[in-house]
Amino acid sequence: MKHRTFFWFILPTFLAMFFFITLPIISVVVQSFHTPHENILITVENCDPFGCKKVTSIDHEATKELKNEKPLGKFVGLDIYFDRGHLALEQVKQHWNNSENLLSFLSLISDLPFYKAIFFTLTFTFTVTPIMLFLGLLIALGVNAINRKLKGLIIFFSLLPMIVTPLIGSIILFWMIDSRGIVGNFLQITFEDPNLSLKASTSLTWVTLIVYGVWHAIPFSFIVFYAGLQTLPKDQIESAQIDGANTFQQTIHIIIPHIMPLITFVTLMQLMDNFRVFEPIIGFNAEAHATSLSWIIFNDLGGETRQLSAAATSSILTIIGIIILLLPVLIKTWREFDFKK
Amino acid sequence: MMFNSNKINKTSLTSSSIIIYFFIFLWIFLAAFPFIWTFWGSFKVELDFFSIANWTNAITGENTKQTYGSPFTFVGYHGAWVQEEFWKAFINTSLVCFFVVLTSLTIGTLGAYALSRSNYKYTFWLLIMALIFRSMPPITLVAGYLPPFFEWNLWGSLPTTIIVLVSINQPFTLWMLHSFFQNIPKELDESAKVDGCSQYKAFGYVIVPVMWPGIITTGLFSFLLAYNDFAVTAMLLSDENRTMVPQIAAFLGTTYTEGNVMFAVAAVVSATVPLFILIMFFQTKIVSGLTQGAVKG
Repeated sequence: MKHRTFFWFILPTFLAMFFFITLPIISVVVQSFHTPHENILITVENCDPFGCKKVTSIDHEATKELKNEKPLGKFVGLDIYFDRGHLALEQVKQHWNNSENLLSFLSLISDLPFYKAIFFTLTFTFTVTPIMLFLGLLIALGVNAINRKLKGLIIFFSLLPMIVTPLIGSIILFWMIDSRGIVGNFLQITFEDPNLSLKASTSLTWVTLIVYGVWHAIPFSFIVFYAGLQTLPKDQIESAQIDGANTFQQTIHIIIPHIMPLITFVTLMQLMDNFRVFEPIIGFNAEAHATSLSWIIFNDLGGETRQLSAAATSSILTIIGIIILLLPVLIKTWREFDFKK
Repeated sequence: MMFNSNKINKTSLTSSSIIIYFFIFLWIFLAAFPFIWTFWGSFKVELDFFSIANWTNAITGENTKQTYGSPFTFVGYHGAWVQEEFWKAFINTSLVCFFVVLTSLTIGTLGAYALSRSNYKYTFWLLIMALIFRSMPPITLVAGYLPPFFEWNLWGSLPTTIIVLVSINQPFTLWMLHSFFQNIPKELDESAKVDGCSQYKAFGYVIVPVMWPGIITTGLFSFLLAYNDFAVTAMLLSDENRTMVPQIAAFLGTTYTEGNVMFAVAAVVSATVPLFILIMFFQTKIVSGLTQGAVKG
């Protein structure tokens, strides 16, 4: 395709991405280095017949002028990155000096809001991803083995947890695990503990969030793996069967290698999606026990005081996190491209 | 055996196949039950939906019968749609989804076609940029939107949100359509050009007609992205312009205090029904869309 034609075809989508992704990223970077102006205070002496009083008040005009002059706020460099709400260098240093071993150090810094969010985000990402891969593969193998007539129906119901709005899905599960809901009530009866609540403890909240994450993500791996199983090399499996390989051996030596590219693909997508975990925390009303990086950004942005600088800094740190997470894949794509040329 | 039951070992219902059936039905139960329970419960009163006394009330609706004389009531739906004006959110969602899908597909098809038919190095870089953008959580961009939107009075309106949703979904749309275009042989547009078509005409008259399955599949996914979005719509829409998902989130805050949980339940069910219908009609398309990216890598 000629450069000229290419240009006109790509222009609309390019403009959309430039103005609403590239520029906002730049703006977020810039904002993360600035903090809003403090109000300029002036002290005036008010004198009346009974004496003079010093009154401190906000100089609205001067403040406004300053804001107009520098709408971005005061340049503070990396200060916001290192403050208590983010990387908290000072506190980390203190905790490092005060703690005897790594474990107590980790438990100390997990009280800092940003590290708390990182811990949950990483735990969520690295538990949900392997579990959903494994269960999705099991279901795909199972569905592949049963009567074909049932498959359409099975796929229909399997799609539900993934297609449904994440916020709505998590709200529904939240209602079910409510102590008056059907699952919560059931658990209370089974464990004969009328006070058992999945919402009250941090570890149980984490478990429910992870269970939700797996429930939501299984359909994706199931569908992709199931599609992959339709292209299995039949002759290989037959010869393996003749050689006496059992089902397990066939799975390990023929099926898994065959769908390995799909496993990589699903893993990549899941790492990306699970790293941005956010809706279930709102849906489960879990912010007291679990927060994620996305939740921190959302929390800073919302409410009466929109803390844009804080949110911008968290956003940049999140993007850096995702780049680190996906670096191996990016390097791989890069190498493969050069190889092809 | 397990993976091609029709070939060797036709021994019916062995113990392993019983385990498989049990496992599959357990998964189906786990996948479907929450929705069935919520749907059924949405026609009950709160005391039945959350039954402290006896969990069978959730099925039989004892308290609903006592209050309204029948085990089914539309009070929750009436409260959500009429009293709390959920219909407004429904209309907003419809508008947002319609225009997001329309715009995404229009500009996405053009862009993806160009990317799939060009071999220059910048094509690769554009695709890589799109991949990186695709991997970033959309919420990380919101801090960049707010100051200019406030400054120019764009914040809170539906068109602004539509444009933002279109843009942040472009990377995904581009990748998906790109992989569909790659499956269409290049000879097709080459031969059209030999016959005297310009690139634009070849695209419009030859490529787009054979692309419809791919466009529909991509459209479904960009519909889902717009429909399911919470983070961006909650941040960018003013109260009166809220779409369904942020409206439900707002319900949760107010209804818990007012004791109208059933309004929220009815709203949740109402917002799930369109998705249900969507899967019913487009199941194969959704499956092909999910596997498309995988097959092409």
